[in-house]
Amino acid sequence: MSEPILKITGLNKSFGAIQVLHNVDFAVYPGEVTALVGDNGAGKSTLVKCIAGINSIDSGELLWEGRPVRIQSPNAASALGIQFVYQDLALSDNLDITANMFLGRELTWGPFTLEGRMERMAREKLTELSVRTVSSVRQVVNSLSGGQRQTVAIAKAVLFDTSKVVFLDEPTAALGVAQTRQVLDLVRRLADNGLGVVLISHNMNDVMEVADRIDALYLGRLAAEVRKTDTTHAQVVELITSGRSGDIGLSAATAAQSA
Amino acid sequence: MVSTEKPGPAVASTPVVEERGSFRADITPRGIPRAVREYIARVRGGDPGALPSVLGLLVLGIIFAATTTDFLSKTNIANLLAQASFISLIALGLVFVLLLGEIDLSAGTTGGMCAAFAARSLVSNDLHKAVGNVVFFALLVFMLVTIVLGVLSRSYVGPGIIAIGIILMLTGAQQDNQWLAFLFAISIGVAVGTLSGVLVARLGIPSFIVTLALFLAWEGVQLYALNNQSISTTNYNYWFGLTHNNMATWAGWLLFALLAGGYLAVTLVRSLLRGRDGLSHDTLLLVLIRAGVVVVLGGLITWFLNQNRGSGLIAIAGVPWAASLPIIIMVIWTLALSKTTWGRHLYAIGGNAEAARRAGIKVDRTKINAFQICSGMAALGGLFLADFSGGATTGLGQGDILLFSVAAAVIGGTSLFGGRGRPRDGIIGALVIAMIPNALHLHNQQEQANEVITGLVLLIAASVDAISRRRARTAR
Ligand SMILES: Nc1ncnc2c1ncn2[C@@H]1O[C@H](COP(=O)(O)OP(=O)(O)OP(=O)(O)O)[C@@H](O)[C@H]1O
Ligand SMILES: [Mg+2]
Repeated sequence: MSEPILKITGLNKSFGAIQVLHNVDFAVYPGEVTALVGDNGAGKSTLVKCIAGINSIDSGELLWEGRPVRIQSPNAASALGIQFVYQDLALSDNLDITANMFLGRELTWGPFTLEGRMERMAREKLTELSVRTVSSVRQVVNSLSGGQRQTVAIAKAVLFDTSKVVFLDEPTAALGVAQTRQVLDLVRRLADNGLGVVLISHNMNDVMEVADRIDALYLGRLAAEVRKTDTTHAQVVELITSGRSGDIGLSAATAAQSA
Repeated sequence: MVSTEKPGPAVASTPVVEERGSFRADITPRGIPRAVREYIARVRGGDPGALPSVLGLLVLGIIFAATTTDFLSKTNIANLLAQASFISLIALGLVFVLLLGEIDLSAGTTGGMCAAFAARSLVSNDLHKAVGNVVFFALLVFMLVTIVLGVLSRSYVGPGIIAIGIILMLTGAQQDNQWLAFLFAISIGVAVGTLSGVLVARLGIPSFIVTLALFLAWEGVQLYALNNQSISTTNYNYWFGLTHNNMATWAGWLLFALLAGGYLAVTLVRSLLRGRDGLSHDTLLLVLIRAGVVVVLGGLITWFLNQNRGSGLIAIAGVPWAASLPIIIMVIWTLALSKTTWGRHLYAIGGNAEAARRAGIKVDRTKINAFQICSGMAALGGLFLADFSGGATTGLGQGDILLFSVAAAVIGGTSLFGGRGRPRDGIIGALVIAMIPNALHLHNQQEQANEVITGLVLLIAASVDAISRRRARTAR
């Protein structure tokens, strides 16, 4: 079994008097999709923001490729190779696909943008991800379907080969059947290309379909990390709703206490 | 809507996807049919571009030409261009702020105030003595503070220009050189823009409020600068020339050759290079046709303006500076907006500021830059306006100037909602706006009619803007 590329141990996070994350351990493996599940308010987004450097952490250790690191700003995270696709996508509607993918890190010659080079790279990246549904990388994002937009957002996150881990916060939440299909295929391909993928989702079908591992958060505590092959849909649901299932998950006492 | 997920005939679904997608449009050359198709798709998708304003220009032009005898006369056209010049310069600056989805209501009075300081400097030959200690040092401190504010936001070009203004003030060099007086006015404009930019970008006050407050303030400062008395600028030859003089005919032709030739060269090289790199590129025919249109139109206009329009013994001919200067400035700003990272970031912020911030773009600084450009252009527009009005008058830049300029940008196709617009919008829109009073004057109509009609034209333009925006939203 491979070593985790990103490993978090004993992470605690409070907002004022409210402790939102308790001693959370979490790991991301290259070439695998790790699903992060949990009910509303379980702390998924907070965990992601702590890793992204948007929220500060109270205590806990982050290991990146085995080395301890501190991530104090979004730029620090992306410098390491960790990318995030937020649920609200963060695309500029009035720019084209290429401009969006390169936003903030354009290829330039002096102050000038190198359109051609960027267009070619955007096309190559989308081809590499087997995204073939757009007819031009100069299409304005405004004119794309929801699935295509999500695809562009993901391609943007993994544009440079320096990206090693990508977090996707509910990438299929607003999508129809066919478009969900597209995005899930893409998620799988990212992992098959060797990236560590973290998928946050409330949709158990999606999770059971593409995930290799499933980490369930229950009221700010990591209830369990299970391999997809060792678990069932019902068990994951139970972990999410009560923090335990059979002999895995939080001890009855802890689960009761946090509730 | 360009969605490949649209249910199509089931059997044909795979080939259809292959045909529509697969970056087909990226690897094939773009000929005339596709250029036309893409243009229609863009207009229907909510980006009408210059179409409404060009139509407006044509329709109004035809109406006015048909109903008056003098509208298309050489003299009147030259007059029209002078009337459009200051509106277009202020509108050119406003485009930057509008692109961010912000507004600058103080552009008009900023222009009036900056022109007032320039005029007072020239006339008095000693600005310090003329305006007194309080005003002089207040201006100095204000400019110093805006340098600090600008530098703290990591803007350097703006503070550099303001610093030049301070040096001029301290040395008094602007008092006996008109060009330096112009530069002085512009540097005050940039200082003004830095202040409004910092208040909007750093403190987060809505630009509407910031610039409404400053609109009033500059009106007052303008009166201090003028000591409540209008100053005539007609004796200053260069200043007088801004809206009254023409380029030598050969210079007009040279400018035409440079602009048209530059356009042809840039589009041609671009097409060839992109073709070489296996990217979608315009076919040679398309490039030549477009350049041909530019050459014919530009050539006709230059030829027309180079005809003698004097009535007596003295020949008056040549492209008015009031036309060529705004066009040269427009070309420079167009290149800055469309070819540089900075320009792209400006559009990105207008489209989705949060996305821009997350992408690591320095949103604050870029916003401050836009306000600096807007106020600097307003100062330049103020200089033209002063000349057109006979001098730095006490009410210069107040009244309808701002409304006209905003209207020009919006009529030209710049969106009030941010993210869409081009410098050329300011020029085309200003022509439409200037046509109305010009033609009404020929009709011997009163000022009231002019204001009512211009107000209505702005409302129509804003409606077109809002409707296209809605189309763009629902097109998804
Ligand atoms: N900035 C904040 N200040 C105070 N409390 C916060 C803050 N951000 C999150 N919380 C609290 O932390 C808890 C976890 O929130 P979080 O957004 O991480 O949940 P989530 O698992 O992402 O839920 P969802 O599935 O609804 O997105 C919630 O109780 C929330 O109210
Ligand atoms: Mg969340």
